[in-house]
Amino acid sequence: MEEQSKTIFDRPESLRDVVTHYCPGCTHGIIHRLVAEALDELGLRERTCGVAPVGCSVLCYNYYNCDFLEAPHGRAPALATGFKRLRPDMIVFTYQGDGDLASIGMAEIIHAANRGEKFTTIFVNNAIYGMTGGQMAPTTLEGQITSTCPNGRNLEDVGHPIRVSELLATLATPSYIERVSVHSPMHIIKAKRAIKKAFELQAENKCFTMIEVLSTCPTNWGITPGDSLDWVEKNLLAYYPLGVKKRPDQGDK
Amino acid sequence: MAKILMKGNEAIAEAAIRAGGKHYFCYPITPQTEVAEYLARRMPEVDGVFLQGESEIAVGNMVFGAAATGKRVFTSSSSPGISLMQESLSYIAGAQLPVVILNVMRGGPGLGGILPAQSDYFQAVKGGGHGDYRIICLAPSTIQEAVDLTIEAFYIADKYRNPVMIIADGMIGQMMEPVEFPDEINEPELPPKTWAATGAKGREPNIIKSLYLDPLRLEDNSIVLYKKYEEVKKNEVRFENYKVNKKNKVLIVSYGTMARICQTVIDELEAEDISVGLFRPISLFPYPEAALKEEADRANIKTVLTVEMSMGQMVEDVERVVKGAKPVKFFGRTGGIVPTPDEVKEQIKYLLRSESAKG
Ligand SMILES: Cc1ncc(C[n+]2csc(CCOP(=O)(O)OP(=O)(O)O)c2C)c(N)n1
Ligand code: SF4
Repeated sequence: MEEQSKTIFDRPESLRDVVTHYCPGCTHGIIHRLVAEALDELGLRERTCGVAPVGCSVLCYNYYNCDFLEAPHGRAPALATGFKRLRPDMIVFTYQGDGDLASIGMAEIIHAANRGEKFTTIFVNNAIYGMTGGQMAPTTLEGQITSTCPNGRNLEDVGHPIRVSELLATLATPSYIERVSVHSPMHIIKAKRAIKKAFELQAENKCFTMIEVLSTCPTNWGITPGDSLDWVEKNLLAYYPLGVKKRPDQGDK
Repeated sequence: MAKILMKGNEAIAEAAIRAGGKHYFCYPITPQTEVAEYLARRMPEVDGVFLQGESEIAVGNMVFGAAATGKRVFTSSSSPGISLMQESLSYIAGAQLPVVILNVMRGGPGLGGILPAQSDYFQAVKGGGHGDYRIICLAPSTIQEAVDLTIEAFYIADKYRNPVMIIADGMIGQMMEPVEFPDEINEPELPPKTWAATGAKGREPNIIKSLYLDPLRLEDNSIVLYKKYEEVKKNEVRFENYKVNKKNKVLIVSYGTMARICQTVIDELEAEDISVGLFRPISLFPYPEAALKEEADRANIKTVLTVEMSMGQMVEDVERVVKGAKPVKFFGRTGGIVPTPDEVKEQIKYLLRSESAKG
C-alpha cells in the first residue's frame, strides 16, 4: 500500500499553483515546466533570478516561484548582464521569444553571448510574433503566412529566416548552445536534458549558455494544436535542425 | 582631506565610488568619456564592477538589472547617449529602482556637437521617456558642487527608489578645479532593501516590474509615483542666491556653468552701479518654485532674465512660476557657444534702457 501512494508526478517547487493564460496547445507551458524541473533537480530555485521578455511569456514571473525582473522588449540579456555581474553567486536566466531575442534584442543577445555573460537564455522560437497577434518574425519561414506578410514570407523582400543558434555558435566565447523541440514526448525528454545541462554549466561558472526551443503558436499559425505539432515536425525541423551547436570544450573561455 | 586638482569628469567618477556607487556601466561619448576611462582603472581597485556595453540602450538596461540587486549603480553619458537611455529610465522609474545617471550635456539636436550646452533641460526635467514619471535632476555649477551632489544623489536615489540625474554640461566635465572629498560620508539610515532580487529563500519571490495590465492597478502605480514626487518636491528643493538684495532691478535665473558666468556679469555690473541678483536653481526637478516666486515678486525687481546655453528651455518653467507678475525675458546661445559676460551685460543694459524708456 505504502508503495502505491508514492507521488510520482507533481508540480515542481519552482512553479506556482496558478491557472495558465497561454492558449490551448501552446508549448510555452511545457517549456516553463522543463526549466522549473531543472531548477528543482539542481537545487537552484532559492538563488535564481529570471528575466522575463516582452511577448506572450511576459507574465512568466506569475508561474515561477523565484525572483524575477521584467525587461523592456529585447533587453533581457542586458538586464541579466547587469544583475549577474553584481551577483555572480546567483543563477540567472532569460526567457525570450523570437521577436524579442532575434529582432529588437539582437544586439543585446549577440554581445551578451560574446562577452560570455554567465547566464542561461531559454530562447523560444515559434516563428511568429505571438503576443501582438501573429506578425512576421525574423524566424518566420519562407512562404509562411502572417498578418504582416499576408502572401507568405518573400525572401526577395525581407531575406531568409535567421538561424540564431547557428549564428551565435560562430562566436568563440559561449560555452553551450543547443536547439531542441517540445512537439513530442521524446523531444520533450531531450529538451529537458539540454536545459538542465545549461543550468549545470552555469552553476559551474561556465560562460553563456543558450537553449533554443522550437515552440508552437496554434492561435496565430491558424491551425489546431494537434496540427501545430505536426507543423513543427514537418516545417520548423526542416529549416531549424536540432542538436548541439556549441559544446563547452569548444569555448575559448 | 586636502584639496586636489581634478578634471570634472574624473572628480564625479571618484565621488560616485566614495558614495558606494561601485558598479558602473558605460558606452564612450564625448565630452564625458574620462568618467569611463577613470573608472576602468579605479573599479578593480575597489572591487567594483566596470563594464563597457555595446550601446547606451544596453547600458541603461544593464544598470536596470544591476539596480535590481539593491546595490548602488552608476552610469554616465552625454546627450545622444542619454536619449538612448530613455527607454530604460522609464522602466526603472516605473519599477521604482534607485540609479544615478550623469549627463554631461553637449549641443544638439541630432549628433549636434561636442561642446558644452544646456539643451537637454526638457528631456531631463519634463520626461524624455514614456509614462507618468519624473527624474530627480541636480545641476552643479562648480566641480566641488558636482562632487557633493553626486555623493548626495546616491542617497536620494535610494531614499526615493527613483533615478537621480546629475545634469552637467561639457564645461563642468572638462574643466579642472581643486576639489575636496569628504573623509567619511554620514548618511541618515535608510530602510533595508527588502524589494531587491536576492533569491526567494524563505520568502515569497520578489518581482521587479512595470507591467500592470489591469488599468486600476496601473493607475495605482502612477499614484504611488505621484505621491513620491510630491514628497520629493517637499524635501529636495535646492537653490542658491547670489547678491540678491533690495536694490536689484533685474533678477537673473540661470543654472550650471551659465549661472557661474552670470556671477561675473553681476560683479562687473555692480562696479558700474547696476544692481542685479542671481537665482540659481540647483534642483531642476523638483524646481525651486516657491523660492523663485518670492524673489521675482519683490517690488524692486522690474524684469526677470533667464540665461541658458540653449534656445530657451528652462525659461518656460520660469514663466510658469512667475505667472506674469513680471516680464520674463530670455537670453541664450547654443550649439556649444557659451555666452560671454559681455554679451549678457549688453542684454541687461538693453533691458534696463527699454524699461526706463517705458518710463
Ligand atoms: C519597444 C516595443 N516595441 C514593440 C512592442 C510590442 N510587442 C509586444 S510583444 C511583441 C512580439 C513578441 O513576439 P515574440 O518575441 O516572438 O514572443 P511570443 O509572443 O511569440 O512568445 C511586440 C512586437 C513592445 N512591447 N515594445
Ligand atoms: S498567441 Fe501563440 S505563443 Fe502566445 S500564448 Fe497563444 S499560442 Fe502561445
